[in-house]
Amino acid sequence: MATGIRDKVVVLGMGCSRFGERWDVGEEELMLEAFRECIADAGIPPGEIQAAWLASCLDEINVGKSALPLAMTLRLSNIPVTRVENYCASGSEAFRGAVYAVASGACDFALALGAEKLKDTGYGGLPGLDIGTMPPLWWANVSAPGAFAQLASAYVAKYGKSAQDVKRAMAQISAKSHDNGAKNPKAHLQKPVSVEQILASPMIAEPLGLFDCCGVSDGAACAIVTTPELARSLGKKDLVAVKALQIAVSDGTEAGHNSWDGSYFATTRLAAQRAYEEAGIKNPREELSMIEVHDCFSITELVTMEDLHISPPGHAVKDVMDGFYNSDGPVPCQIDGGLKCFGHPIGASGIRMIYEIYLQLLGRAGPRQLPNPRFGLTQNIGGFPHQNVCGISVIGRYGA
Amino acid sequence: MIGIVSYGAYLPRLRLNKKAIAMANAWMDPALLAHAKGERAMANWDEDSVTMAVEAARDCLAGQDRGRVGALYLASTSPPFADRQNAGIVAGALNLSEQIATLDLGASQKAATSGLLAALNAVKAGAVQTVLLAAADKRRTKAACAQEMQFGDGAAALLLGSGAVAAEFLGGHSVSVDFVDHYRGQNRAFDYTWEERWIRDEGYGKIVPPAVIRALEKTGVKPEQVAHFALPCVYGGVAAGVAKKAGIRPEAVRDNLAAVCGETGAAHVLVMLAQALQEAVPGQILVAAGFGQGADVLVFRATDRVAHCVPPLGVKGYLARRKEETNYMKFLTFNQLVLQERGLRAERNPQTALSVLYRKRGMLLGLVGGCCPKCRTPQFPKAEVCVNPQCRALGPQEDYLFADRPARVNSWSADNLTYTVDPPAHYGMVRFDGGGQFMADFTDYDVGQVQVGMPVRMVFRIRGKDEERGMTRYFWKAAPIAADKED
Repeated sequence: MATGIRDKVVVLGMGCSRFGERWDVGEEELMLEAFRECIADAGIPPGEIQAAWLASCLDEINVGKSALPLAMTLRLSNIPVTRVENYCASGSEAFRGAVYAVASGACDFALALGAEKLKDTGYGGLPGLDIGTMPPLWWANVSAPGAFAQLASAYVAKYGKSAQDVKRAMAQISAKSHDNGAKNPKAHLQKPVSVEQILASPMIAEPLGLFDCCGVSDGAACAIVTTPELARSLGKKDLVAVKALQIAVSDGTEAGHNSWDGSYFATTRLAAQRAYEEAGIKNPREELSMIEVHDCFSITELVTMEDLHISPPGHAVKDVMDGFYNSDGPVPCQIDGGLKCFGHPIGASGIRMIYEIYLQLLGRAGPRQLPNPRFGLTQNIGGFPHQNVCGISVIGRYGA
Repeated sequence: MIGIVSYGAYLPRLRLNKKAIAMANAWMDPALLAHAKGERAMANWDEDSVTMAVEAARDCLAGQDRGRVGALYLASTSPPFADRQNAGIVAGALNLSEQIATLDLGASQKAATSGLLAALNAVKAGAVQTVLLAAADKRRTKAACAQEMQFGDGAAALLLGSGAVAAEFLGGHSVSVDFVDHYRGQNRAFDYTWEERWIRDEGYGKIVPPAVIRALEKTGVKPEQVAHFALPCVYGGVAAGVAKKAGIRPEAVRDNLAAVCGETGAAHVLVMLAQALQEAVPGQILVAAGFGQGADVLVFRATDRVAHCVPPLGVKGYLARRKEETNYMKFLTFNQLVLQERGLRAERNPQTALSVLYRKRGMLLGLVGGCCPKCRTPQFPKAEVCVNPQCRALGPQEDYLFADRPARVNSWSADNLTYTVDPPAHYGMVRFDGGGQFMADFTDYDVGQVQVGMPVRMVFRIRGKDEERGMTRYFWKAAPIAADKED
């Protein structure tokens, strides 16, 4: 009988590069920047790492295929290294690999590292995806903002909301994240932006304006995980444990069956439910101290509030406008600035979210520090609303 | 009795105001102002001869049993492929049986009438029961030439067979003369045209009248009996002059649609004939003449069924379904007549895997999905495992045709980021009445008018062009229906 991952594995150390338009560095330097911080934090020599996972998505413009770029950059001495790719949820996938390796007893110390060098394309925005031979023959001509913008029209239609009210809530979401990101020296965008500025920004994909979209950045993040016992033996006192790790992948229902109305993430709903069960969380609205969600676009964050079962269906607009998810609200969301301010170096994002929860739980978040957090949740979406991969983790104090 | 069983037409929704063309170019050629009357049909960026032929054929085949179509002929002087049968693409988009003969006709402005005669003769000989003849043209012209204002884009289709026909074929006559009023060399984009007065007097004036007279003699029809005389010619008064020489009454001469549509190339004689059929009453004689290195003249008599074979739209309906375009730059852009900055995103250009294209031809050309044998859920694409989460039955699904199913917009966005010829790109989840949904590109929309719940019609369009390798990729898009009713 499976017992879940709760408290079986702890985070020994983490690192995160500065995110941004890192014109001066490539993927190797980004990986090293995150790794140096991580290995120093973990307090073990690199040779202790027995297995590693690399997350990267766009190999055409990035580190290239296979796990070799990580193994060679860090000179990981012939240990098993695996590259994982699961769209924008790749980082969560790498973390899961490392955590499961430790939980299985196969190794004592495992590394998960996500990295993406996006700013080598010559243009702004995410590069277009060339996916296999069949999609170019029939897929709609989607960009990421256009695909996620679909949520807005379907959400407005489903709940009979006014498009203006939803647009304003979306702007409020971005404004809140900018306020938070302004306090984060590692964020790409560190300037507050007003709701009025956001509403007036040029249209990218209706109804998403420029400030409804996350930045496009270079970055890397990594984690070393081990068992609680080993962490203790290394002198760690406050242990940050993995409470739940869930991944839900679309099975094609949303894309092709009329039971999906286009206004929500079916995968997030399921993965969240499973994660709460795994973590022993009964009432997420009451129990979660903070959340880091996949705010690739403001509308994504809005519907995700409901898909995580925190805001009741149709009530996210009200919660957002009431400041429920603000840094001083009951469940602060994107306390680090989120994808909105960090940008979204695809392979890195999932681990970057966990990094913030980790800092907060250890009281290391500086001016962003929340009082006495217990549980944090990350939600990492890859793909499009109509077919996606959702990774959810719950991270908390060991034994809590 | 053999003849025309049904007919249809297609004109692109956009109509370019000719004044916009003239005003942009009059600085260098003030003579263009003389042509600046009315509008011309202008294909959307994602339309070509193949897609227009498909639409005309759908108009023609409404209410007809597609299983009866034994052959498909496609006439065009602007086919997208020089070596890949264009008629075969049209047949695939129409989901016709693969056990049929298909044929491309071209290389002359009389290609459609030559095809029409060949088709009728094949039916007459009993070689085939019914032939679908489609004709379409989208001829490119240089900017600021007279043809730019004289031509239009469009298509027409006729279903030819025996028995209950709308118009009985009485007979015809052909002449072949290498009279080169214009030519377009192999791999050349534009026509090279000789003097108008010579074409009028020496060509139309001397070649067509004897052919008309001979056709009427062969069919025993008196010239004054002709009620509809369809002879395309971009020059005003030419058809009337030919009619006069042949003894046909002036009121029988059909308008060449110069002011509302422009001459649609090889398709135009069928466009004019289709319009005549929409107005014909039983017993009337219709004469269609195609000119181009000679002439074909065909004589028909409308039967009692002519009023019962009215297409959903036909020329009349498509002329009414219009949206005025006054942006000449858009026309130049759509026709690749200006070298424009497209941005780096436009550089993405995967090859087309021909083996995939073949394996999935039903899905890609015909929009064929699947229907679960157990729960009857329609789904696109067709799958090995049912998409219905309550079912998930394994096993082969039955073909389910989505192309003509009514559908609605379930979600949408107007995307300024993704590369498209005509931004912002509109796309969204399209939900079919009766079940099934998929994310589809939209076309023929009005910016600012798309909304959730809007009814759409699926249309076969260009999905993208691989200019490097010369491949045109087609797929189906959703066209808002409300937009059709505007203007």
